[in-house]
Amino acid sequence: MAKFFAVTIIVIAILSAIPILRHTWVAPEDISTHGALIDEQMTETMAEAGISFLAAQFILAIFIWKYSNRGPDAKIKSFPGGAKGLVIAALLVVGVEVMALGIFGVKAWANVYLTPPSAGAMPIQVQAGQFAFYFRYPGPDGKFGPIHPELINEGSQNYYGLDPEHDVDSRDDIVTAEMAIPVNKEVHLLMHSKDVGHSFYVRELRVQQDFVPGLDVSLHFTATKVGKYEIVCTQLCGLGHYNMKAYLEVMSQADFDDWLKKEQAMQ
Amino acid sequence: MLAHAAHHGPPTSFIRKYVFSLDHKVIGKQYYALALVAALVGMALSWFMRIHLAWTSAAIPGLQLLTKNGAPGGVMTPEFYLQLMTMHGTIMVFFVLTTAPFAAFGNFFLPIQVGAEDMPFPRFNMMSFWVTFTGFVVLMASFFTGDGPTLGGWTQYAPLNAVGPVGGPGQGLGVILWAASIALFCVGQLLGSLNFIPTTLDLRAKGMSLMRLPLSAWAWFITSCMGLTAFAVLMPACILVILDHVAGTSFFVASNLVMNDQLLPHSGGSTLLWQHLFWFFGHPEVYIAIVPGIGIVSHILITNMRKPMLSHRVLIYSMGALAVLSYMVYGHHMFVSGMNPFSSLAFSFPTLVITIPSTIVVLIWTFSLYGSKLRINSASLFALGFISMFVSGGVSGFFLAQPSIDIMLHATYFVVGHFHLVMGVAAMFGIFGGTYFWFPKMAGRMMDETLGKIHFWLSFVGAYCIFMPFHYLGMAGNVRRYSTFVDDFLQPLIRVHRFITVAALITGAAQLIFLYNLIHSRFWGKPAPDNPWEATSLEWSTPTPPPWDNFGGKLPVVYHDPYQYGVQSSVGDYVMQTSPEQVKKEHDEK
Repeated sequence: MAKFFAVTIIVIAILSAIPILRHTWVAPEDISTHGALIDEQMTETMAEAGISFLAAQFILAIFIWKYSNRGPDAKIKSFPGGAKGLVIAALLVVGVEVMALGIFGVKAWANVYLTPPSAGAMPIQVQAGQFAFYFRYPGPDGKFGPIHPELINEGSQNYYGLDPEHDVDSRDDIVTAEMAIPVNKEVHLLMHSKDVGHSFYVRELRVQQDFVPGLDVSLHFTATKVGKYEIVCTQLCGLGHYNMKAYLEVMSQADFDDWLKKEQAMQ
Repeated sequence: MLAHAAHHGPPTSFIRKYVFSLDHKVIGKQYYALALVAALVGMALSWFMRIHLAWTSAAIPGLQLLTKNGAPGGVMTPEFYLQLMTMHGTIMVFFVLTTAPFAAFGNFFLPIQVGAEDMPFPRFNMMSFWVTFTGFVVLMASFFTGDGPTLGGWTQYAPLNAVGPVGGPGQGLGVILWAASIALFCVGQLLGSLNFIPTTLDLRAKGMSLMRLPLSAWAWFITSCMGLTAFAVLMPACILVILDHVAGTSFFVASNLVMNDQLLPHSGGSTLLWQHLFWFFGHPEVYIAIVPGIGIVSHILITNMRKPMLSHRVLIYSMGALAVLSYMVYGHHMFVSGMNPFSSLAFSFPTLVITIPSTIVVLIWTFSLYGSKLRINSASLFALGFISMFVSGGVSGFFLAQPSIDIMLHATYFVVGHFHLVMGVAAMFGIFGGTYFWFPKMAGRMMDETLGKIHFWLSFVGAYCIFMPFHYLGMAGNVRRYSTFVDDFLQPLIRVHRFITVAALITGAAQLIFLYNLIHSRFWGKPAPDNPWEATSLEWSTPTPPPWDNFGGKLPVVYHDPYQYGVQSSVGDYVMQTSPEQVKKEHDEK
């Protein structure tokens, strides 16, 4: 039975590695300027974690195979080098490995979170609420009108609680249920929630960020490929969480300008 | 002043013996029974969830009995899915993974392993169980009151946990019952920890130095230190949630929030405060669930390897390091939460560092197998399976410790796979191993080995079939906590979910073999000798089952380190801690 167990461990380890090596289920192609660093970090971590996983399972299996159910005459032996060697190995190999991952990973994180958006980045607001995203573009004046939470009314489609009668800046604001952005142009996404926690996740863009009720959170990114992508909520927000989604359309600058004009006409 | 074991006489009435017992062994069994019932409920809930995820419109017969409106015709609604998911997580983390390895085995065996007659505060101990039991009843009551249990997940993130019924079904009374249940649970575990610590420090028998304590006793001691600090934070947090509901406070609800087009009557609360409080408890909780398993598995393996671990001390120090570091890593749950991004880096490095003591533990276990005379039985199979699962679940921690990768994997099935393997399945394997190993002492009878091995094989292969694919789903971006997969990109992944569901149903059914074995052996199993495994520690030096005062009125004296195997003695290749016999070692312990 011990030998069968050892073989089972090895078979499971190999079968577990096959979908990874064959790239059966992986993240879709990256369409952001910062995503390559994240993908690279992922690949390096996969290599190190994968080797550790296979090595640990194989050694476990080999020792189970070799040292189980030995006869009464078998001699007890200790691993040469004892615990000291193993502790030093863990500190050197794993310690250096994880520190290296941590230090290199800082760069990928910094690209998204520790560098400010450039001055020319296009501001877009996104408001999350049970169970929809609404996007706001500032219009020709480049300014977002103030939000009056007490005026938010889904029935009259005042999703943002705007008061164009009194607020000049609100008059040209464009509120949409889908997000469109121009390709190769940096976007500065200004995020807030109107009710509970939500999250903004676009796999292709390599971004995920929670909405924090009571806090304004921002994110910046540049999409590099035209196409239609899904924005989904990843923070449990209530019964309709599974269905909270919107589409992100990455367009050429000319298409985007047309789209914005059409949306403005519909306000 | 040193604590001493309370001297209560033997119980005389049925109620004092089996219900409100002061005996730590009876309390340990009560905790085990509670964990068993909770595990069966939690598993049944996971079956319902898995069937719904694979075949969304499937009717599950009888499901409507659990809910008024959540399953018309047996077909689960999205909100009922979330309610089941929340209850599954809460039941499993608190009432199974904390209760069984720590409170159940710890209560029964810690006093015996240190050589004490009981714990220093038996009334607190009795209260600890009954408060925990009440917590479980309160949690279960939420199924049958109002509009059902809370749907906010076991993490109960703010402000969904504090806005009241406007947040959705179960967000009113359901949340209050959840928070009350967990606050009670915390009180129970605090009382338990208050007993475990002085039991270990002050009630040790003559000759039982700290380094002569078995690794399982060390694990329970370290866990109780964590419990004392972690549960003391979660309990007030739960009380604050209740106040937000019933007293008009706004601890967790920010100003100017709008639901159903109405401005909420709250202001000034903090969304992130809850996450900090919850995870300050929540990450140590992971280790509260797994460190007893590390101790139990070490104890079982040594007995079955017939040799000590390569280093007793290094394992103790590693468990201690895991405990200390567990408080410094909690922010890795919050990388994309809106917390300051510099904090993410600060929490990332201790998280990466915690892999070092974990690796040391695995290396010591694995390389201690070298040159051993490993006995294969149900207990040792589960202990070895624990190592395999701990490694598999542990390596995915490399990914989740890094904020940049977490951008992609946060809130996906990758995380679900990670924590199910490393703290769910591994901890369950620790519980199963502990059960097969200690059942003879607890029940006075042997469990059936053949059934035990069948249970192991189905569980080991089944758990991999369920939880390894979770990682692949997560890498493809499959978001967790969705009741149905409506997004375009999730459609190709549904076939993987179907495979997982079939595996989960089979693996779950295999647990019924364990249940049958447990109940059948309890009444009709072969009578157990005092020391069936030829083991050395004090629990095997008592009669089976142990008398009410553990050692028959005569406290033991300890002469040896806990694991004197591979020696030549008058009884075989081991010498018990209580034996004054001097023995010759066959090998050097390093």
